[in-house]
Amino acid sequence: MLYRSALNKAIDESMEADSSVVILGEDVGRYGGSYRVSEGLFSKYGEKRVIDTPIAELSIVGNAIGMAIAGLRPIAEIMTANFSLLAMDQIINHAAKFRYMSGGKMTIPLTVRMPGGVSRQLAAQHSENYETLFSSIPGLIVLAASNASYAYYGLKWAIFSNDPVVFLEHELLYPMDMEFREIKNFDPFKAEIVKEGKDVTIITYLKMRYDVIEAAKELEKAGINAEIIDLNSLRPLDIETIANSVKKTKKAVIVEEDHKTGGMGAEILAQITEKCFYDLDAPVLRIAGEDVPIPYNRKLELASIPTPEKIVKKILEWKAENGI
Amino acid sequence: MNSARVKKFYYLMRLGREFELAAKREYMNGNIAGFLHLDIGQEAVSVGTMQAFDKGDVFTHYREHVLAIARGMDPKLVMAELFGKKTGISRGKGGSMHLFEPKLDFYGGDAIVAGHLPIAVGCAYARKIQGENAGVFAIFGDGASNAGAFFESINIASAWKLPVIFFLENNFYAIGTHISWVSPFIEQFHKVKNYMPAKVIDGMNVCEVYDAVTEAKEYIENGLGPYFIEAKTYRYEGHSMSDAGKYRSEEELEIYKSKDPIENLKKEALKKGLADERYFRETDAKIEHIINEAVEFAKNSPEPDVEELYDGVFCKECENVIP
Repeated sequence: MLYRSALNKAIDESMEADSSVVILGEDVGRYGGSYRVSEGLFSKYGEKRVIDTPIAELSIVGNAIGMAIAGLRPIAEIMTANFSLLAMDQIINHAAKFRYMSGGKMTIPLTVRMPGGVSRQLAAQHSENYETLFSSIPGLIVLAASNASYAYYGLKWAIFSNDPVVFLEHELLYPMDMEFREIKNFDPFKAEIVKEGKDVTIITYLKMRYDVIEAAKELEKAGINAEIIDLNSLRPLDIETIANSVKKTKKAVIVEEDHKTGGMGAEILAQITEKCFYDLDAPVLRIAGEDVPIPYNRKLELASIPTPEKIVKKILEWKAENGI
Repeated sequence: MNSARVKKFYYLMRLGREFELAAKREYMNGNIAGFLHLDIGQEAVSVGTMQAFDKGDVFTHYREHVLAIARGMDPKLVMAELFGKKTGISRGKGGSMHLFEPKLDFYGGDAIVAGHLPIAVGCAYARKIQGENAGVFAIFGDGASNAGAFFESINIASAWKLPVIFFLENNFYAIGTHISWVSPFIEQFHKVKNYMPAKVIDGMNVCEVYDAVTEAKEYIENGLGPYFIEAKTYRYEGHSMSDAGKYRSEEELEIYKSKDPIENLKKEALKKGLADERYFRETDAKIEHIINEAVEFAKNSPEPDVEELYDGVFCKECENVIP
């Protein structure tokens, strides 16, 4: 199943099951969605529930919060994570805080979906990962879907959650054809052990999952049997699954597309240190995006983010440096 | 103007003012902390709007004690919130700027200037598609009328013909910045008049406020789209307790104090025989009692327990639920 079809199926089934579910955003209706996620929904559910908005992100999320207060279950689509910065006041100061500031009286069943990440030569204002910004805010649940199954179950869960959920997607995943697994007793906060291994735990999420899987095949040839964990949920973080794996392998590597300074990896590393310091045989390795705005030129663009080759190289260097 | 209505206006405006004077005293006594934005001088706006807009959803800004009380919130619970007590309307987690009561369809005090306007618009959208016509009332100050969220909101509400009343209380000062220093005109309705009906009223006159909102309510209820009212008003106090108000002259303040909404209503009512001296005397005494009770209630209420720190971040009931 295409990743984008899984998202579409989740929205479609949710809208079918509950008339209070609506979707709003730029080009989500008549156009069918910039990444075709909302394709077909306009003709099926009409303009009242599939709402084309002006290019005004602050209002897309702000309007969605108002809809949520009035009893709807809005899905606000932000075309690209970069544009979410315009809506940040609504996401952080309003959606995340209303329940708490009201002493638990307000309920905001809101989903804010957005694709992010480095695609192909879109330059710095269309290539950003902002998961750390969202994940550092109490009152938000932050989910990151790397595969069709999680895209489907996770998004459905988000839509029917009574709390505000930021649902992160990746631009390069939309057209990917993926295996769809049925999941019983789905837990949105549970990390997935993508591959079991005994030598090193590699923790990742979103599109980097696939780069890590590829890198792991090469590492296998070099005699390193890696365990791969896909986080799925960035807030809350499933530290239990991470810690159990690190205790087994004694070594941890974090691979993220986000910039290294203050990225998700920094938080994961801090939590591993708190939980597993005495289990570690080596310093935790962070393989992350470089601390530069993403360049347009393809060669430079690739140099700014982890790739399978880079992941292999850095892990082998780290192994040699630490005598493991 | 009839006797019952005048009495209601007087009662709520006086209640609001005495509440705020008590809040000011308690702030000075150290029982209230943080920001405290008083409404003194602007009671005609708070009371006139809430009396006219008696159904539908209300989204307010941070200067909202009197709005909340005029909407029906118990002064005890509001005072307890100002004291940060467990019994407060937001359980001591919101404070002066964040009084919420969904049972009264009252959402606000929002402390982000203009931040509540897109939310009010979204709520109006939902009400419209749900087939309810009571509509939405959004109140904000002149400072908000320069923000992007304001322009986005009037555009969307107007494009989609949403049932929302935008009510601007123009007290001329955004903290200490006069509207004429940051806007090309003092009356902000010029920004809106191409989008929707927009009128300017005397915000020191509660009956005028009431009539304008009543008219606007009928308009939005008929599905004609949004409506804009600008009320010229004045706050006697500073922006908040830390504001000494040095940016304006004593003369200016005196001019507006001579237009006091409560005193003028009283004079008018006596002149027209709609209420007598005895009514005012008895009402004032009753209000004094209510306010004293509210302060005592707040003082004697317990602090929240530290165990409540994490309560209300998320809805616990929805954890791990798959529809």
